[in-house]
Amino acid sequence: MPKIIYTDVLIIGGGLAGLRVATGVKERGFDSVVLTLVPPKRSHSAAAQGGMQASLANSKMGEGDNEDVHFSDTIKGSDWGADQEVARMFVHCAPKAIRELAHWGVPWSRVHRGDHSSIINAKKVTITEKDESHGLITARDFGGTKKWRTCYTSDGTGHSMLFAMDNKAKQDNIEVHERLEAISLIHENGRCYGAIARNLMNGELVAYVSKATTIATGGYGRIYSVSTNAIICQGMGQALALETGIATLGNMEAIQFHPTAIVPVGILTTEGCRGDGGLLLDKDGYRFMPDYEPEKKELASRDVVSRRMTEHMRKGKGVKSRYGDHLWLDIRILGRDHIEKNLREVKEICENFLGIDPAVDLIPVRPTQHYSMGGIRTTYKGESQTLKGLYSCGEAACWDMHGFNRLGGNSVSETVVAGMLIAEYISDFCESEQSAISIHTGNVEKFLKIQHDKLEALLTKENGEDAYKLRRRMETIMMEKVGIFRNGDDLKEAVDELEELYKRSKNIEVFRSKSRAANPALVNAYRTQRMIKVALTVAYGAYLRKESRGAHSREDYPKRDDKNWLKRTITSWEDENQTIPTVTYEDIPISNMELPPGFRGYGKDLTQHHEDTKARQTIVDTITTKLQSDGANRFEIQNTLMPFLNKLPKKYQGKNERLGEKI
Amino acid sequence: MSKENKQRVLNIHILRFDPNDPDDFPHMETFKIEEAYGMTLFIVLNEIREHHDNALKFDFVCRAGICGSCSMLVNGKPTLACRTLTSKLPQDITLAPLPLFELIGDLSIFSGKWMSDLNKRLETWIHDKEEELNVDKLEQKMEPSLADEIYELDRCVECGCCVAACGTIQMRPNFVGAVGLNKIARYHLDPRDKRDNNEYYELIGNEDGVFGCMTLLGCEDVCPKDLPLQSKIAYLRRMMLRNAL
Repeated sequence: MPKIIYTDVLIIGGGLAGLRVATGVKERGFDSVVLTLVPPKRSHSAAAQGGMQASLANSKMGEGDNEDVHFSDTIKGSDWGADQEVARMFVHCAPKAIRELAHWGVPWSRVHRGDHSSIINAKKVTITEKDESHGLITARDFGGTKKWRTCYTSDGTGHSMLFAMDNKAKQDNIEVHERLEAISLIHENGRCYGAIARNLMNGELVAYVSKATTIATGGYGRIYSVSTNAIICQGMGQALALETGIATLGNMEAIQFHPTAIVPVGILTTEGCRGDGGLLLDKDGYRFMPDYEPEKKELASRDVVSRRMTEHMRKGKGVKSRYGDHLWLDIRILGRDHIEKNLREVKEICENFLGIDPAVDLIPVRPTQHYSMGGIRTTYKGESQTLKGLYSCGEAACWDMHGFNRLGGNSVSETVVAGMLIAEYISDFCESEQSAISIHTGNVEKFLKIQHDKLEALLTKENGEDAYKLRRRMETIMMEKVGIFRNGDDLKEAVDELEELYKRSKNIEVFRSKSRAANPALVNAYRTQRMIKVALTVAYGAYLRKESRGAHSREDYPKRDDKNWLKRTITSWEDENQTIPTVTYEDIPISNMELPPGFRGYGKDLTQHHEDTKARQTIVDTITTKLQSDGANRFEIQNTLMPFLNKLPKKYQGKNERLGEKI
Repeated sequence: MSKENKQRVLNIHILRFDPNDPDDFPHMETFKIEEAYGMTLFIVLNEIREHHDNALKFDFVCRAGICGSCSMLVNGKPTLACRTLTSKLPQDITLAPLPLFELIGDLSIFSGKWMSDLNKRLETWIHDKEEELNVDKLEQKMEPSLADEIYELDRCVECGCCVAACGTIQMRPNFVGAVGLNKIARYHLDPRDKRDNNEYYELIGNEDGVFGCMTLLGCEDVCPKDLPLQSKIAYLRRMMLRNAL
């Protein structure tokens, strides 16, 4: 008897985004089931160290901050690839999300009145906090931001957020099915009805049938051989969407490399190290970033710092090691007290994995795969543009507030903001007649049977391919040919070889370990097939995009080309027999941009501008000047340039109070 | 080259058992692995799975000592495997799953269920009857030092090492363990949680709670996050005792 479980909302992934959706729909009266590979508290959200961006403007160095500044930082950071309305929705709701989390128990680090010494640009400075700020949530500096906006709990921010969120989910009696892996979406007539899942402990297949389905499975960093990501960030959510043949992925080639992962294991040390005053040094102990980026130095945007580090190592300035070249991260100047209070995880990581004391020793670092800006392409409501009833949020999605480069501190912030908004849109959908489940049980069973047969085929195949070999090759190709700097020849080779690996992956055999219950070899086999598919979307998208934008940097096309490439890459896989994905493009219209494309302020301005940019800039300037002279406030000006509030759920439309901005 | 500098070949002895296989029974199996510079048990176990036995079951997630998934007995002591360097261990390394938790297979345990039940039992969330938060308004203030103190206890990763090292729980299977008591200490400290001492007493004022602890303090010895378990248990006991009088 096949097992079928019905629920209102199926949520795949139990990290911050998934749990926030679950509690949100619950508040609106809908049931959900959360499927997770691991206990929710062990999701990759827990690994976010440095913080969450929200323009609270509580601390001295955050004074004057507001949604407008956060918006402008985010759009510049994205190299104008982001959806500006979505980014507006996000910056408007980030302060609400953080206050909600404070209410649920996150012990955010707080402002302390009086004088503090801090390190800015390698110099000791004194910052004086105001009396009235005392006890409010404080913030630290992060790359690519005009203000100190990144709120934190020491360097365990993601951990504290996730624990509070999971505890809130427990309070709300959210049903969590642990160690259940979604392996296929159930869909019919352009409508998603849940998923087939495999119990990783006993091998049982279960059909979850739902009105709405949400994929919140995080990124796909593990298609690279070295990544800061948890080992479960394998792109399975993106693959599930892709395999429907209907849902699409956006900007898969937009991959972020974090400047400071330790060598060789690729574990992250937070951007907070540099935000708090840490420096990057080369083999001679020389601080090189000011030479490349005189203004922002170590705190330029992540993509920029990673490229500059790579350039510097290419000049022979890297430190030689048996694991290749690296550079040094120096946080010694912050002092032991600061490190032991605000950078504790970093200290533990240094002790345990490198055997060094970062208060005394330099930390070996180099840029490492870190974040997937791309993902399941959605509308601003988080719903797939092409498969009704399928939603996605967090790193799994391309919502798209990050464009081609995400700012540090905007990822955990996105998870909770998107989760809280998309929970409302899903609830609206569940309240509507369209959400009725009309799929016949017989058809659900067909989806079960297909998966059952696929697993059997893997277990019974003989003389097939070794999944590990294919996977390792894929990881190496991605590292070597689809990395920080890219070029047409390498990308072509990468695509060709990945296509070959993809064909071979259809013939994978699970050697020796034939158990139908808990069986890591079987899991590796079917995940490898899907990972190669995801890798192909990344490599192929990168090959086709003949420009440099944000983290996508083509040596053969160094200019950002708004004329031809101000668009989103849309990838699909309609036919199971195709061996290369289908790629189309979605225009990013300049005509409604609040912040028309401009210069990010790093290096030389190589932008090839679009013909509409100038016209739009003139309109924006004219409106702004006129409204300002009429005495309009910033909200009125913003609303005239690019209205977005009506897109938000009513309960989140209110203005945010700040010390200097009463409501 | 002197003998000491020679690369070691490690003998990795693993307690194997697949509860889903009716023919299997718990047994030790040894794998020989050439040690490499900077090698951790994460690397060792993955190498075994990839090159020696692809059926070997174990749990890693963050592999950075942050998530608490990979706790196991390493030469008899509960610890996080991912951040254990082989260079700090002898040539013979014995690995076994953490005791007390439901076994999924080999080194993989279902500790998530245990922790989830514990959290529900102790209601480890902010209890605030007034609820209704206006998300537009400034957040409630908190003393910076208090926020730091709460975070200190909030750092628990629910890895289960303290449970595996606990003497009391061997005799009292319903004992909440140091992990549970630490959570109560954390919420008790938090002014946002409005539970009073009587309510806390209901939760841990018995022998499955703070009065069951025999003060053997194996928990404190093995906690990978160096939580102040000893002092927090003592504090809770004093507080609960005062409440009972």
